[in-house]
Amino acid sequence: MTNAMEIYKFLPKTNCKECGKATCMAFAVSLLSRELTVGDCPPLKEDDFKANYEKLSGMLTPVKGAAETGMIVHEDKCFGCGNCVVACPVNVADDPHGTGIGRAPTSDKVILRVEDGIVRTSNVHECRRFGMDKILCNGCIVTCPTEAIEFV
Amino acid sequence: MVTLLNENYHVCTGCALLCDDIEVVTGSGRITEVKTACRKGVARMKGCSEPMSPTVDGQEVDIDNAIGAAAGILSNARSPLVFGLGNSTNMAQKKAIELAKRIGAVIDDTSSFCQGPTLEAIFNENIRSTTLDDVRNKADVIVYWGADASNSHPRHFSKYSYFPRGQERQRGWEEDRIMITIDIRRSHTAKISGDKFYQIPLQADAEFIDALIDALSGKVPKVSFGFDIKRILELANILKKARFGTIFVGLGLVYSIDNMDPVVKLMDKLNEMSNFHLIPMVGHYNMRGFNQNLFNETGYLNRVKFEKGDSTDVQHGAEFSIVETLNNKAADAALVIGSDPLSSLPRVIAEHLLNIPVITIDPCETFTSRKAKVTIPSALSGVECGGSAIRMDGVEVKFEPIIETNRPPDEEILTRIMEAL
Repeated sequence: MTNAMEIYKFLPKTNCKECGKATCMAFAVSLLSRELTVGDCPPLKEDDFKANYEKLSGMLTPVKGAAETGMIVHEDKCFGCGNCVVACPVNVADDPHGTGIGRAPTSDKVILRVEDGIVRTSNVHECRRFGMDKILCNGCIVTCPTEAIEFV
Repeated sequence: MVTLLNENYHVCTGCALLCDDIEVVTGSGRITEVKTACRKGVARMKGCSEPMSPTVDGQEVDIDNAIGAAAGILSNARSPLVFGLGNSTNMAQKKAIELAKRIGAVIDDTSSFCQGPTLEAIFNENIRSTTLDDVRNKADVIVYWGADASNSHPRHFSKYSYFPRGQERQRGWEEDRIMITIDIRRSHTAKISGDKFYQIPLQADAEFIDALIDALSGKVPKVSFGFDIKRILELANILKKARFGTIFVGLGLVYSIDNMDPVVKLMDKLNEMSNFHLIPMVGHYNMRGFNQNLFNETGYLNRVKFEKGDSTDVQHGAEFSIVETLNNKAADAALVIGSDPLSSLPRVIAEHLLNIPVITIDPCETFTSRKAKVTIPSALSGVECGGSAIRMDGVEVKFEPIIETNRPPDEEILTRIMEAL
């Protein structure tokens, strides 16, 4: 997965503030959280940084099959144990009497559910990895015995 | 008895967890979508990829003729064998026991080379057991010993043991529960338990139990296979402090020990200082049901021989297990119900089945059914017919049929065979 430091390497590092952020490092963090786009950095559009612009655009293009949070479920590895469904803190908070206690979902708000033996995502905007205040929650990754869940 | 929480819920008969929160979508007389079940459950509930047809000597016949042929074989047999029933309802199992009595058969199921010793110790109250609902609500220390629940019972962690919140375990798995795996290899289950995985060599379970008992008694544990003593002491400490501990015993442990004495000794020691229970990781959805039903009837949970014409004459012993019966070539006909011994038994043992007339009752085609003299297709229990079954922890679960079929359930086939005898 791309991190802020890798993005920063391809920025002008001039802290020009033209993007509205105080430093290039802050801009890199905003790019990572999808708050801003590569085009929001005017110096990057200049000819000197053309190669860096293209490199960054490639790095930040969502991977095929990934949810908006960057989550990919490798369906060939998933066997529908539901560990991620029950361990997900958002599922527990939104559905304490269903997925929270290990049972089938009883709320439409859950972000992970098992259908036909494979975990499916829904309501991804509720995921802790989404939006301005996102955190690098890994509840669904560490509880997966087969490494079927990945974030990119 | 489990009561379904929602009228749309169905019971999955994919394994002995009998998950009771499954929703399905049906269309054209089939289940087209299954929600919440794992892949094993989905495969079971969506039905056979190769359904079985009624046949006699490989020729397709109508089901009445197949039942007549089966009755003929069983009437003429001097020492028939009735085997399987792990995937049948309680009612079908009781009928099979009745049939075995009528024809003077040896009756056995997979438990004789599976969890039989563990269940025997529980039925005879040598080991304390508990229910999975109590594990979810109370357990703080969960041990998987020689078991890979991730693959054998995929929803075991998420529905009952490690991950769900429970009445006395409200803070979740990271803070409220400790999961330990003891196994010979780093299985998927071991991966979930992280640094609480204790890897031991093959056949070293009894020695490890002795070392653990020493550590629990305050002695310095000793093992011959170079295991870090500090880790055994650390494990003993965790077990000592458990408020509600449960050991899930898998076949890895059962196959490694000669008898259940080391496990009984460990459980007694653990219960002197904390509160421990044991649940066997039963595989087939109603294997425990068969053991319970036969135990209620005869006092033995498997490996029984009935005497023809005398229902009170019951013999029990290792020689009446399917393995020994086939090895000694003691059976002259076999009735196999919902099982595939030609696939699951070693070839040298199973090959006797090729020399005697075999009758299979099963919804799906199996290796055994392809070699059988008579095949009788039955309804897929839990999907095409209802009934009840005993979960791995001894709790009875009732289920209703989900879709209709014209194939009769196991118990009806067995009743008709008895009528035709």
